[in-house]
Amino acid sequence: MKNLKSILGVMFIAILVFTVTSCRDTKKEEDHDMDHDDMEMEHDDMEMDDSSMNSSDNMAMGQDNSASDAIIANYLELKNALVADNTEAAASSGEKVVSALVAFDVKNYSEDEQKELNEIIEDAKEHAEHIAESAMDHQREHFEILSKDVVDLIAITGTDKTLYQDFCPMYNDGKGAIWLSEFKEIKNPFYGSKMLTCGSMQKEI
Amino acid sequence: MIKILKIIAIVALVALIGIQFLPTNRNQSEVVPVTDFISTYNPPKEVAGILRTSCYDCHSNNTKYPWYNKIQPVAMYLEDHIQHGKEEFNFNEFGDYSDRRKKSKLKSFIRQVEQNEMPLESYTLVHWDAKISNSEKEILLNWVNKTLDSL
Repeated sequence: MKNLKSILGVMFIAILVFTVTSCRDTKKEEDHDMDHDDMEMEHDDMEMDDSSMNSSDNMAMGQDNSASDAIIANYLELKNALVADNTEAAASSGEKVVSALVAFDVKNYSEDEQKELNEIIEDAKEHAEHIAESAMDHQREHFEILSKDVVDLIAITGTDKTLYQDFCPMYNDGKGAIWLSEFKEIKNPFYGSKMLTCGSMQKEI
Repeated sequence: MIKILKIIAIVALVALIGIQFLPTNRNQSEVVPVTDFISTYNPPKEVAGILRTSCYDCHSNNTKYPWYNKIQPVAMYLEDHIQHGKEEFNFNEFGDYSDRRKKSKLKSFIRQVEQNEMPLESYTLVHWDAKISNSEKEILLNWVNKTLDSL
């Protein structure tokens, strides 16, 4: 009887410890449960304005403007998911942004540009990875910096798409935050439905 | 019934003893590289103290291990935390980060501490001295904000 008690005691401690470790792991599992159905409605909203607008003049000459297309497209998808307050769609878009960033080839750019691009990609990747794993308010925090990264990226690569750089003055403790949109209408990804139309367009890219 | 419990207990015990033989990585390095955050930015003593006590165990190349780290599965659990912590933010290697990444990391630092997500509760539960009081938080974040602005 005494033997059994001590064995049970050890077992209890072992189970306790295992539970603590496994609890932490399952939390990670839950975050990865993507609901792909929500993705469908995002596609309808996205209307690429491929009008005759050309990209801005201050980008490098002779570069392939479509190189950053995949990154931009997935970024816009992510943005729309945040506008719609959809965490799961944002997370899966975040993953796609990661893939697009990893797939981006810097070799057509000058050495200086390559260095800058690699730094942007490294930073943007971390933010996109976090977006793929976090709750919505964290996603938005990372989205803020990711947006700046994407703007800086496009400044080097250029783009054929017409994009609007929008500004939300309230986000980030009043310091404000920018985001890129494919349409003129203001739809705020930082506050979603809480303050959908808060913001103004800064410039057209 | 008792027999089944006995069997489970024995299996658990054997497993527990078995995993003690798993190889462990120790995160230890006495060298403080030039890229170290504290060496580079020279925070006031109090701030440096908070960083070392509350952050460096998981976010540097040198962890001060507790005695119970010699036991599995504690060691695995801690190594996992340390590995993730270092991947996210390594104070010893901060100087190597690009300027862009430095800014991003400091912003994350500020947010995580402000929102009480860092230091981890599971850490401060055991390391009471690592808890950051409200006044310490203010001093720490004020300094980090200033440093971020200067980058």
